[in-house]
Amino acid sequence: MSNGTLQIKAISGHAGPVPGRDTSRDYDVCKLIDVTTCIGCKACEVACVEWNGYPFRETVFDNTYQTMPDLEWNYYNLIRFNEHIAEDGTFSWLMRKDQCMHCADPGCLRACPADGAIVQYSNGIVDFQQEHCIGCEYCVTGCPFNIPKFNKETKKVHKCTLCSDRVGAGLEPACIKACPTGCLHFGSKDDMKDLAAKRASQLREHTAYKNAGIYDPPGVGGTHVIYVLHDINNPEAYGGLPKDPRVPLLVRVWKRPLKWLGNLAMTAGVLGVVAHYIRYGPKEAVEKKETPK
Amino acid sequence: MSSEAMPLSPASVPAGEIQRYTFQERLCHWFSALTYVYCLLTGLAFYTPYLFWIAVLLGSGATSRFWHPIVGLGFLVSILWMHSLWRRDMTISGKDKQWLDQVNNYATNRDNLVPPQDRFNAGQKLFYWVMFWGTILLLISGLLMWFPEYISFRVAWIRSLAVLTHECAALITIGAFIIHVYMGLFLVPGSGRAMVRGHVPAAWARVHHRLWYDRVAGKPSST
Repeated sequence: MSNGTLQIKAISGHAGPVPGRDTSRDYDVCKLIDVTTCIGCKACEVACVEWNGYPFRETVFDNTYQTMPDLEWNYYNLIRFNEHIAEDGTFSWLMRKDQCMHCADPGCLRACPADGAIVQYSNGIVDFQQEHCIGCEYCVTGCPFNIPKFNKETKKVHKCTLCSDRVGAGLEPACIKACPTGCLHFGSKDDMKDLAAKRASQLREHTAYKNAGIYDPPGVGGTHVIYVLHDINNPEAYGGLPKDPRVPLLVRVWKRPLKWLGNLAMTAGVLGVVAHYIRYGPKEAVEKKETPK
Repeated sequence: MSSEAMPLSPASVPAGEIQRYTFQERLCHWFSALTYVYCLLTGLAFYTPYLFWIAVLLGSGATSRFWHPIVGLGFLVSILWMHSLWRRDMTISGKDKQWLDQVNNYATNRDNLVPPQDRFNAGQKLFYWVMFWGTILLLISGLLMWFPEYISFRVAWIRSLAVLTHECAALITIGAFIIHVYMGLFLVPGSGRAMVRGHVPAAWARVHHRLWYDRVAGKPSST
């Protein structure tokens, strides 16, 4: 991989077509997270904070092994702990690495009004460009995974970059490099889907996880971060992973039909009053003789 | 301040003219206009990429995003202030129904077919109430949009509903605003001047607001 993978194919808030639209590399990149082999060590959390150069922030203890309740603007990556009791009464810990999913159809990018504040590279990575961000938080509204986080001081929004700076230089993301169990994999989307399918069928055939499967939600066009889950029918159990994520309907209505309807109505309004003036002219304050009633 | 309390001809009003708007009413109107236009321009910049250059022109996208909600609160203050001044004059009555029945004749300048009006005609009253309720909607949805991170993700639909409501309410006020500016600046000569200087010629008052003229000039309405 080279810097060529960071060619832009979609830009937020851009008037007219985007240079590089519909381009694609020979392959999209993808991160595969096999939650069945995650031990919750949080090496990926540390590696993420280190690579991105943030000071390690205070943790918040809430009687689980989770580092803090939610992602933060300078904490892109969080192992979510959930205690789960299956129907047969067996107890288990579910640990899921939560971060940006890098949707093929990103709700954040659709909602963003600032030209170039959110870009999608031709390799599938969705990246925030803070220098263009205006701090409106429309991306927070557009995201079906609740990922973008606002920095109140700088008024900029941040999220996982899928280490676009490393990937562009031919390296794997920092979290992948740090994982000690091999539950994290990085490669082309096709390769990761193959690997995930093998692992899921292995789980179904050789373990008690008869519903193991791949989480690659089609409602957002697929994602560039995919999971292997023990139970594909119950993603909500893994700290609120949505079952069928989509860009919110009202965001889609707002950004497509309503915008064009509004533009049309405002233009028609201005042209309408001009036409009215040409046709009828001003109401002069001339007193006409009273018509007797 | 109701029109009854308005002096017929204070020292600042020239002979042959009558006072239409007090200084406080004019101040309130132009404060409202200024804050609305700022929110309109920056709002349009966030609305469509084709107008994002407006935000750049007004400082930057981030500057516009910072001031838009604050100036919006200023607009809310102006509307509440205006409400305290004009609430009674803007009350819609039975006479307004008669005017609305003749709105086609009014729109085509056949004004002799339109019933005489008080201080504000029914169209002005409708504009006022559209802006008043529009502002309430913009306020509620705008507050939610200002701090979306405080809305729990479990009720994330409130975030997108707020954006959609804000946009619809804004579009409705923009439609009303286009007509208002057109009428004030072009369609009804003398009305823009009235809002700047505060007074109108007696003939203007008789033509456009006969009932009001008769009331403040102290004449019976039969003349």
